[in-house]
Amino acid sequence: MRVTFPHMGNAWIAIKCLFEGLKLEVVVPPPCTRKTMELGVRYSPEFACLPLKINIGNYIEALEMGADTIVTAGGWGPCRFGYYAQVQRDILKDLGYQFDLVVLEAPDSRLTELLGQVKSLGDRVSYFEITRAVRLAWNKLKAVDEVEEGLRYFLPRVTDRHRAENIFRQGLEDIDAASNRKEIEAAVNTARSEFNRLATCGEAPVRIGLVGEVYTLLEPSSNCEIERKLGYLGAEVRRSVSLPQWVNDHLLGGILRVASCKDAIGCAAPYLNDWVGGHGQETVGYSVKLARAGYDGIIQIGPLTCMPEIVAQSILGKVSEVEGVPVMTMYFDEQSGEAGVLTRLEAFLDMVRRRKRVAAAGAHRPS
Amino acid sequence: MKTVGIPRGLFYYYYYPLWKTFFAGLGARVVVSPVTNRRIVDDGILTAVDEACLPVKVYYGHVKELCRQGVDFIFAPRLVSVEQRCYICPKFMGIPDMLRAQVPGLPPLIDIKIDVTRGERDLKRNMYQVGALFGCTRKAVDDAYRAGAEEMKRFHSIARSGHPLNDAIELWEKGNRHTGYPACSPATGTGVAGGSQETAAGCSASLTVGVLGHGYSVYDPVISMDLVKRLREMGCKVVTPEMLDPQEVENQASTLPKRMFWSLGKKMIGSGLWMEQEASIDGVIYLACFGCGPDSLVGEIVERRVSHTPFMLLTVDEHTGEAGIVTRLEAFCDMITRRRRLA
Repeated sequence: MRVTFPHMGNAWIAIKCLFEGLKLEVVVPPPCTRKTMELGVRYSPEFACLPLKINIGNYIEALEMGADTIVTAGGWGPCRFGYYAQVQRDILKDLGYQFDLVVLEAPDSRLTELLGQVKSLGDRVSYFEITRAVRLAWNKLKAVDEVEEGLRYFLPRVTDRHRAENIFRQGLEDIDAASNRKEIEAAVNTARSEFNRLATCGEAPVRIGLVGEVYTLLEPSSNCEIERKLGYLGAEVRRSVSLPQWVNDHLLGGILRVASCKDAIGCAAPYLNDWVGGHGQETVGYSVKLARAGYDGIIQIGPLTCMPEIVAQSILGKVSEVEGVPVMTMYFDEQSGEAGVLTRLEAFLDMVRRRKRVAAAGAHRPS
Repeated sequence: MKTVGIPRGLFYYYYYPLWKTFFAGLGARVVVSPVTNRRIVDDGILTAVDEACLPVKVYYGHVKELCRQGVDFIFAPRLVSVEQRCYICPKFMGIPDMLRAQVPGLPPLIDIKIDVTRGERDLKRNMYQVGALFGCTRKAVDDAYRAGAEEMKRFHSIARSGHPLNDAIELWEKGNRHTGYPACSPATGTGVAGGSQETAAGCSASLTVGVLGHGYSVYDPVISMDLVKRLREMGCKVVTPEMLDPQEVENQASTLPKRMFWSLGKKMIGSGLWMEQEASIDGVIYLACFGCGPDSLVGEIVERRVSHTPFMLLTVDEHTGEAGIVTRLEAFCDMITRRRRLA
């Protein structure tokens, strides 16, 4: 059995570690490139959302490399993601690929059933080995999140941004190569101390909250590398969702003591009073929370036609008005052009900086 | 007497008889916004976000129209699920909050949450809250709901006899006025509509076309550009999902490897698969609105499975030109006519 899975940001490091721990042969799909996107777009329904198309690209590239089993996650709506796997199976079977599709989904998101499904994948290993694999994968997930956090903090502050990115890349490589907890910690510590040695430019960056749909937030190829662009433009980015938090909230039912989205969801009322599927309520909640925490601007991102994000977008105008924070919504699909995205980000940041300056200058004058 | 405004959009087409009877039973006067027109559409487009789908924009337009008419309440329920373990669309779950954030001068909304997955008691409790707005006792609310459910049965039997839902609503209301609606021949056989298929004068229906699509797009004359009427004028007999036997549709839908968790999507797939097997159906047209999330996947599943019957996916939005639609419909009908002649 040669197992593959779809990309979602740097999650592959942890997923690969988990599957290897289950003694499975893993085929990590090649990094998402223009070719991935083109393959996905060619064979996917035209109006499907972008994550489905990139998934298809990943699958085709991995199947061409000899994978014969695809493992992915599922769900029970109302977001489209819950039906992805079914459509993707139809598409790939019609293209003539031979493969098995394993969809990890628990009917009521119960942890025991999920563990059972993971166990059924690795039927040659003991529960002890599974526990060890899950624990190592979880540590890698947290470590990746930590170096990403470091990059988000240092990128807008340092003078040599390429160097910062190289440290980040090296950090990821070290985490991927690590085989126990000690090595993972060492990799994170090395990255941290190297980040700290970089010269800073001394200017306080503007702080931008990045909210929206989880895949678009986590996968740079689906958002024209928006985080990186913002960092280069001198903005410190706070992403509403992190991988460990998402795994904890959505796969583990929130049992671990890492940051949860629950407090943010509390902030969504009275703007959005109910769950609307996907991350709609989180998007509104985090926008309110970050606005109240003094962030200078909010950028909402999602794939074009994403239903929960459209609900959130409809409501963010009101949030912006009442909470007094600039909000911009950007949707991405295969047509999104680099230059257009960059221009919009520059304009937004110019506006945010000016607003900050005017507010500082007019602090003593009656408004 | 308090007035309740019901926007003529979204689930109006599926539940109007229930809603109207219910509110009338509570002693309210029910006002429905006019049939969709250009002004309503434009108003909705200006108010809603660009990325929303056309039916949601049209719904906004209807709500604004009701605001202008000065009703006391607008009924805009938060529709989470109308059948067990099925959703409709995230936008239906957020629509009251969306309206509050974007429509200025909105009268109080009756935005009860309808979520049958949570059980009947939850639904009843929400209905009693609505009853309290009109000073009604629980018994009065129960009676009003029961009367509404009765009317729904009547409405469904009208639809089953071969009337598109917008016509069925009209016939239902007419029936209310004169007691007893015009006789329609009952559904025959496995559920294809029987008599009352109106086609152009003197033209016998030579083609039978299945039309799939969400009720609020297919039956709205502006969104669908009068699709059903146009097909009939071309001499086609039209079959829509509401004319089929619900159990048959359900059975077909349950052949999918994974249970479909969208109510309307399930109906489209079940109907589509039924039409594929039914020899009397010459072609299937799937009307989708640009940006519809469920349809982007459901349409794909139907298209891959309806492989022997000619199939056309028609995507519309607010820019749709009438001539383009007419051309495509004519071409489709010509193609299936020729195909039948050759067979």
